[in-house]
Amino acid sequence: MAEFLTTPLGIGIYIVAQILLLVVPLLVALAFLMYADRKIWAAVQMRRGPNVVGFFGLMQSFADFLKYIVKEVVIPAGADRAVFLMAPLVSLVMALVAWAVIPFNETMVISNINVAILYVFAVSSLEVYGVIMGGWASNSKYPFLGALRSAAQMISYEVSIGLIIIGVILTTGSMNFGDIVNAQKGDYGMLNWYWLPHFPMMILFFISALAETNRPPFDLPEAESELVAGYQVEYSSTPFLLYMIGELVAVVLMCALVALLFLGGWLSPIPGLPDGMLWMFAKMGFVFFFFSMIKAITPRYRYDQLMRLGWKVFLPFSLGWVVFVAFAAKFDWFWGAYARWSVGGG
Amino acid sequence: MAQFDYTRAVKYFLLVDFIKGFALGMKYFFAPKVTLNYPHEKGPLSPRFRGEHALRRYANGEERCIACKLCEAICPAQAITIDAEPREDGSRRTTRYDIDMTKCIYCGFCQEACPVDAIVEGPNFEFATETREELFYDKDRLLANGDRWEGEIARNLELDAPYR
Repeated sequence: MAEFLTTPLGIGIYIVAQILLLVVPLLVALAFLMYADRKIWAAVQMRRGPNVVGFFGLMQSFADFLKYIVKEVVIPAGADRAVFLMAPLVSLVMALVAWAVIPFNETMVISNINVAILYVFAVSSLEVYGVIMGGWASNSKYPFLGALRSAAQMISYEVSIGLIIIGVILTTGSMNFGDIVNAQKGDYGMLNWYWLPHFPMMILFFISALAETNRPPFDLPEAESELVAGYQVEYSSTPFLLYMIGELVAVVLMCALVALLFLGGWLSPIPGLPDGMLWMFAKMGFVFFFFSMIKAITPRYRYDQLMRLGWKVFLPFSLGWVVFVAFAAKFDWFWGAYARWSVGGG
Repeated sequence: MAQFDYTRAVKYFLLVDFIKGFALGMKYFFAPKVTLNYPHEKGPLSPRFRGEHALRRYANGEERCIACKLCEAICPAQAITIDAEPREDGSRRTTRYDIDMTKCIYCGFCQEACPVDAIVEGPNFEFATETREELFYDKDRLLANGDRWEGEIARNLELDAPYR
């Protein structure tokens, strides 16, 4: 068996098995996250939310899934068929591909590469192509406007996300997620994590993540009141489902990034308790709760406000923070809180 | 240069609005839900509720309608069609009393116009059908409704009587 795993076929099967082991639980978890999202949203509005399908409505997402796939796929007469059908796939695949480097504990990671953050960053930039392709291929006004908005918005906020990540990388001295998490290990549990030294950046990262994943209050690409549903207007059935899943996968990915970069990944918050995958899931769930709550409590930004926030507030702030972190790390300010190279990293 | 509003700037950077909004959101998160689980729970109905139509009978089983056609005349949607002939005993009765429920706007004028409280709008609002034809009610259907809902209808009329 061990020999078989070193042959090309064996390696191939091993990798596919790893991918399935990640993607299948991820998609199942996604169904319940979708349900949780709707329940939280409903609770804030004093509604019950889905509660009919299965116990407490737990099967609601699966019912929706079935409904989506048995509906007819409507392709507009003027649409570019190939691009139209490829766009949701691009959106979903790009969202899933980034998970290859996300570790769940010391060893549970498909590809433990040393430029993991750069990889995630690159792939999540490509996600915008799914939206642009969909908006353009629909050959319709609102989807096109939605796609344009989405492109400008995602590019703007990627700049500040990049700068925020640079701060974390400076502190750690490595771009590997495992090293970043290990650098947050210490005797004081959750007080050793990066959320404390990098606190303003965690908030900024979270807000940028909202914009990056087109979640409210930055859901301008699909602003219902103006653009019907933005780039999704012409989509129905399975392609629409793929868009929805892609979007949610991206949201969960951002939750995972916040958990890894600022909340210590799989490290236990209380010294003495064992580290493990469950902490990682708990932290992702915690961040996801905030994603849902923000959706429930915020009104939508106007487009110029969105751009102003991105370029005039986030960009200078995060740029200044990078300079600050660089000095703090170099000269060991704050008892070395910003220089953790000795602890982890390589 | 305009006065710089420091309070506003500090509030902006400390995300005061969002924290307040979050607190408010959490307050309502745990508030009792207002949703009615509709098919299992139902809200209260006023005695004046204007639902599905019914033709009533007197206690001895004689139908109330005397074919005066006031309801037909007043109906703004012209949903009611009535034909009448003298019966064997010489009393004037309808031979046909149709309501097109797809035309009806549930204004309640027929009920108001009726001198003998024969045509009424009952408390039933769950009479959706799968075909359009099923909504063309005839006299038998309306009388059957009257027999079925007589208890509720009589009680509602009695409750509403002081206000008429």
